[in-house]
Amino acid sequence: MDARNFTFMFYGFLAAWLIVLVYVVSLARRSARLRKELEDVKQLVSTAPENRT
Amino acid sequence: MREKLIIALAVGAAMLLTYNLYNIFLVLPDEIAQGYMYRIIYFHVPAAWVGMIGFFAAMTLSVLYLASGNFRYDSLAASIVEVSVVFSTVNLVTGSIWGRVQWGIWWTWDYRLTSQLVCVLTFAGYLMMRQAIDEPTQRARLSAALTIFGCFNVVIVWKSIEWFRNNHPGPVISFRTGGGKMDPAMEHMLFLNFLALLVIASALTLVRMRQESTAREIDSLRRAAHV
Repeated sequence: MDARNFTFMFYGFLAAWLIVLVYVVSLARRSARLRKELEDVKQLVSTAPENRT
Repeated sequence: MREKLIIALAVGAAMLLTYNLYNIFLVLPDEIAQGYMYRIIYFHVPAAWVGMIGFFAAMTLSVLYLASGNFRYDSLAASIVEVSVVFSTVNLVTGSIWGRVQWGIWWTWDYRLTSQLVCVLTFAGYLMMRQAIDEPTQRARLSAALTIFGCFNVVIVWKSIEWFRNNHPGPVISFRTGGGKMDPAMEHMLFLNFLALLVIASALTLVRMRQESTAREIDSLRRAAHV
């Protein structure tokens, strides 16, 4: 097996999975941020003056 | 229900990928001219297919949005475009690494490579544009128009290896050539890995769709609070 050939194939697979991994991490962070924002807005709406009894 | 579907798709993709990687590295022989390096094709080509199918699906959804005004089509189109941009980027980067070994250069401005780069940049612009427009109807209309416009370029990407002289290799898949250009076992593995990447892309799209639903819920709560 040509070592250079193998090295570049490894780089190719590494790059492919790194791109997907970075995207998955960014999706997870965005989901967490949106969940927190939803909770905050729900709390804000429930404590708004017109909702107080 | 959606959570279960996402988990099922992720597990299915993991199992299929394990089987595929075993076959790609340990069962299939080296290609006679490229040696070990040719294995990059099992991610390079399926990633391009996933991206192209995604862009065409987004175009169909954009037409449906323009015809119906239903924002669900717009959300699904945006989710699919985002995932397709990721897979098209995988295609560009793996192709560049393959080109470094086979051609001795990282990049060349031939029709296939350039049109694919333009495609990724167009749809990356689409995603940036969506961030910049707050008004939902205007955002959805402009997004739909840009998706339809961008898909003309996807056709050029697809057909460029037949229409123009390129450094990029010509078609080798049997449904485009009639067969005889690629070993059937290698082609079979290409389709299996396409299926694996398609399942991953579907799971990611569902996650992205859930985010769109949450964002819509936040918007409607905010509007309700301001009324």
